[in-house]
Amino acid sequence: MIVAERKPLEEILRLIDGAKTVLLTGCGGCVTVHMAGGEKEVEVLASLLRLHYKKEDKPIKILTQTVTRQCEPEYVRELADNVDKAAVVLSMGCGVGVQFIAENFPKAWVVPALNTKFAGATLEAGVWAERCGLCGECILYKTGGICPVIRCSKSLLNGPCGGSQNGKCEVDPEIDCAWQLIHDRMKDLGKLDLLLEIEPPKDWSKARDGGPRKVMREDMRF
Amino acid sequence: MYSVRNGVRVMGEVKEEAGAAQPAFEPKIVAFACYYCAYSAADLAGSMRLQYPPNIRIVELPCTGKVNPQMLLKAFEEGADGVYVAGCMEGDCHFLRGNLRAKRRVKYVKGLLDEIGVGGERLEMFNLSSSMGPRFAQIAREMTERIKALGPSPVNRKARASAADEDAAGG
Repeated sequence: MIVAERKPLEEILRLIDGAKTVLLTGCGGCVTVHMAGGEKEVEVLASLLRLHYKKEDKPIKILTQTVTRQCEPEYVRELADNVDKAAVVLSMGCGVGVQFIAENFPKAWVVPALNTKFAGATLEAGVWAERCGLCGECILYKTGGICPVIRCSKSLLNGPCGGSQNGKCEVDPEIDCAWQLIHDRMKDLGKLDLLLEIEPPKDWSKARDGGPRKVMREDMRF
Repeated sequence: MYSVRNGVRVMGEVKEEAGAAQPAFEPKIVAFACYYCAYSAADLAGSMRLQYPPNIRIVELPCTGKVNPQMLLKAFEEGADGVYVAGCMEGDCHFLRGNLRAKRRVKYVKGLLDEIGVGGERLEMFNLSSSMGPRFAQIAREMTERIKALGPSPVNRKARASAADEDAAGG
């Protein structure tokens, strides 16, 4: 899922400064699952904003609406009535949601309430970690299901660098060395020989380096 | 008397009474009390005829694990100057870990209140058992004293001041 984190309140307050009516909109997708921008988080942020403005004695109207997914047009369109009423749309969706609302409502001023971090997984309740670099050409079958592109700080494709110390990365002692993980797992699986194959330079044009990407499936189109 | 809202019993009303003159500051404090301990302790305090400040409004919960950030913030929005959550002693939760969950949520909301400038010290978590009637009264006194020292919640300060002004002008 896409993992995001709420911006500091101070920043959010700056983004909506001066607006008399704000539409605070949540997303029922990833951000609901990891409790960053779902219906409950919308309620909490709306409450905090109301407390702040009441404290400052400035009247403000906070409209709240959470849609099933902010990244699909039919759900985003459900926001139309409230978007019309609001001076600022504060989205608690990921970066995709913010952009997609803006795209669907050309006259709306849409700002993000979250900082979108990464595509990751839930390690345990309350802990999420990056797992996919969205590089466009998956090589996980070569590395025992551990991605060197995103989990190695240098995205090395042929073994660890000299900064691998006791299984940890030199960038941060909290980070596991991805190549140590890959080596250990391949050893356990009895497939160490697969690592002898030299991986040629990656074709980064399939990743973000090739410009914004698009997927189109003729069979799914109307 | 109590009303039922979202599955919790609410005793008294927290909403600001418009135009109420407040010569000395009497804080409004909401206590979210677990049915199995604090609520029974409050009952016991009553049976023992123990005196505690009338500033406390008790909301009965099936367990403090029912507490969520929205609930705590809502109390402040509705005019509370202080809020506390009273659950069972750690390790004694009827639902095993409800009070520990509440403890974390209270800590989280304290951070939010600091961030928004209301002040995390206006929110607290207490642990007691159903036999601790005197402790319940003591907590009510402690919290009332603390909030009196802090003064009205910054959220209510303006509303209170204008209500007092109107009253002064009218009377």
